[in-house]
Amino acid sequence: MPQNEHIELHRKRHGYRLDHHERKRKKESREVHERSHKARKMIGLKAKLYHKQRHAEKIQMKKTIKMHEQRKSKQKDDDKTPEGAVPAYLLDREGQSRAKVLSNMIKQKRKEKAGKWEVPLPKVRAQGETEVLKVIRTGKRQKKAWKRMVTKVCFVGDGFTRKPPKYERFIRPMGLRFKKAHVTHPELKATFCLPILGVKKNPSSSLYTTLGVITKGTVIWGKYAQVTNNPENDGCINAVLLV
Amino acid sequence: MSVDVERVLIQLQDETGEVLGSPFDVPLDISPDKLQLVCNALLQKDEPVPYLFFVKDAEVVSSLGSCVQELGLETEQVLPVVYQPQAVFRVRAVARCTSSLEGHTEAVISVAFSPTGKYLASGSGDTTVRFWDLSTETPHHTARGHTHWVLSIAWSPDGKKLASGCKNSQIFLWDPITGSQIGKTLTGHTKWITWLCWEPLHLNPECRYLASTSKDCSIRIWDTVLGRCDKILTGHTHSVTCVKWGGDGLLYTSSQDRTIKVWRAKDGVQCRTLQGHAHWVNTLALSTDYVLRTGAFEPATATINPQDLTGSLDEIKEKALKRYNSVRGEGHERLVSGSDDFTMFLWNPAEEKKPVARLTGHQALVNEVLFSPDTRLIASASFDKSIKIWDGKTGKYLNSLRGHVGPVYQVAWSADSRLLVSGSSDSTLKVWDIKKGKLNADLPGHADEVFAVDWSPDGQRVASGGKDKCLRIWRK
Repeated sequence: MPQNEHIELHRKRHGYRLDHHERKRKKESREVHERSHKARKMIGLKAKLYHKQRHAEKIQMKKTIKMHEQRKSKQKDDDKTPEGAVPAYLLDREGQSRAKVLSNMIKQKRKEKAGKWEVPLPKVRAQGETEVLKVIRTGKRQKKAWKRMVTKVCFVGDGFTRKPPKYERFIRPMGLRFKKAHVTHPELKATFCLPILGVKKNPSSSLYTTLGVITKGTVIWGKYAQVTNNPENDGCINAVLLV
Repeated sequence: MSVDVERVLIQLQDETGEVLGSPFDVPLDISPDKLQLVCNALLQKDEPVPYLFFVKDAEVVSSLGSCVQELGLETEQVLPVVYQPQAVFRVRAVARCTSSLEGHTEAVISVAFSPTGKYLASGSGDTTVRFWDLSTETPHHTARGHTHWVLSIAWSPDGKKLASGCKNSQIFLWDPITGSQIGKTLTGHTKWITWLCWEPLHLNPECRYLASTSKDCSIRIWDTVLGRCDKILTGHTHSVTCVKWGGDGLLYTSSQDRTIKVWRAKDGVQCRTLQGHAHWVNTLALSTDYVLRTGAFEPATATINPQDLTGSLDEIKEKALKRYNSVRGEGHERLVSGSDDFTMFLWNPAEEKKPVARLTGHQALVNEVLFSPDTRLIASASFDKSIKIWDGKTGKYLNSLRGHVGPVYQVAWSADSRLLVSGSSDSTLKVWDIKKGKLNADLPGHADEVFAVDWSPDGQRVASGGKDKCLRIWRK
């Protein structure tokens, strides 16, 4: 750290080196590669601290990027008309009755059943670990086998950020991540495509619930619906509303 | 007393109490058909008109004798029998979906037939208003211009113009024949348009003035020829939900501030405020609604191919005035209002501030009320999945029509007041027979909620549109 302005003074008197700007530019672009090299090669306590700091940085970056994206896309939305057109008599009433009905339903169910759900598919085939998780080999000689990749459809929340790839034990591929499900109302026989809020319970194992794995029989929490198909085979999630 | 059949003296009266002829002798087992013949003969009409007969508000169904026995009336005195003329023509119930018209790219929010039943227009969430050709049941024109959802549409009573209001508070006027805009865009409101209503034909055959209400708590009267706002009526403190232009030159507006205000259309002065509701007032209905909507068109003269109105402005005005007077009768127009507090009020707004009757019974908010075209009945559609029928004069509860499994959004009467069609959020339409009080036909077919229903004034078709973006036409 220079402690006086002698560098600036020299620059003022004699100007920059002839290749100064080019060197500066190239150094900055090399910085990215050097950073990544360091992150890979670091070991020990230093590595732990560095990775922790870097994870926090990444989350912040993601948030700001999302914010910027929203600002940009907002301008486009001003031209397009929003979805969900309703007639004038429904305009001031959006979602009110539904939310009330849902919360009442939930409260009633909780009082009655104390944790147990009356589900349309009570008995579902339990899926073993070998079926749901695939072993990924890593390491220079492909000998290490501690990583697992989920082979079924899963749900991750909105603010999901991956763990640093070096330390990730469970990999949830982006192609198998779903946000919406086709939910059928059993009485009216009408089907709606609704966003998923979360996975409530996976009958096979609690580990799958925490991971967000969706298989046949999972209870998802958009409006409390139970999955009725094998989403990894069909490419879509079909569910029945629990009324 | 005669040996074979008892006889009784009856005096025929019409609904207002005027007697017809003098009391005469009839056997007790006389049936309504024979009574009809007698009535027609006495009234000396050219064509026989069907009638319903009532003894002290109980209908004579099989024979006069059974009615008298039930009521326990003396046969010694003169019995007053009230006769009610029914519509001469009979509208057949719709039974099948003849076409499902795709074209809109968003939910269909409003549907309306023109006053003669010749044109059909629908407004939708994709900001277009589409005109449909009814003889081929195909799209006719697409009117583009709005920048947000088209919330309400209204035909002018002569069927030559269509006004549409959108969520960006703009009003456009369209020509149904070419599908292009007439005149300028009417801007002025600051929030979305909730209802549009034209001036009645018999007050002004040119159909020049249009009233619009908006969430910005004001009502504007527009001069459509000059393309500018004529009057602004303020007074409400919350969103104005509905406006009806009465045939006597009075404007009735309902609002979310729980009041209904009566204004004079000529100078925009507020005459009265009708208070009584405990929550938002959602909808209004005038007893003369149907006749104001159809103007000079008489549904009884409808033909298979609907025609435009012919004749000079004066002729049309005369016809409209005659029809209006015959429907209105002796008294003033009656107004019924439906509200979020699960009740409705029947008002006589031209005369007094106090309601005539309070119509309770619904278990959820009342979304729409409608007088039948002959003003004798009121139908109310509510979010408690039922439709209730009330007497149009006294407000007495008559009947409840149950069958829907979701909130009933809209209802429409057929032109002869015998049938009612209702659309609901459970994606079905149901046709009800009013006389029997039961379901006539169930019309499934929509894939999602049904937002708007309309019955054409010539009685041939029902059009319905909903969230599944397609418009369906139903015929017998």
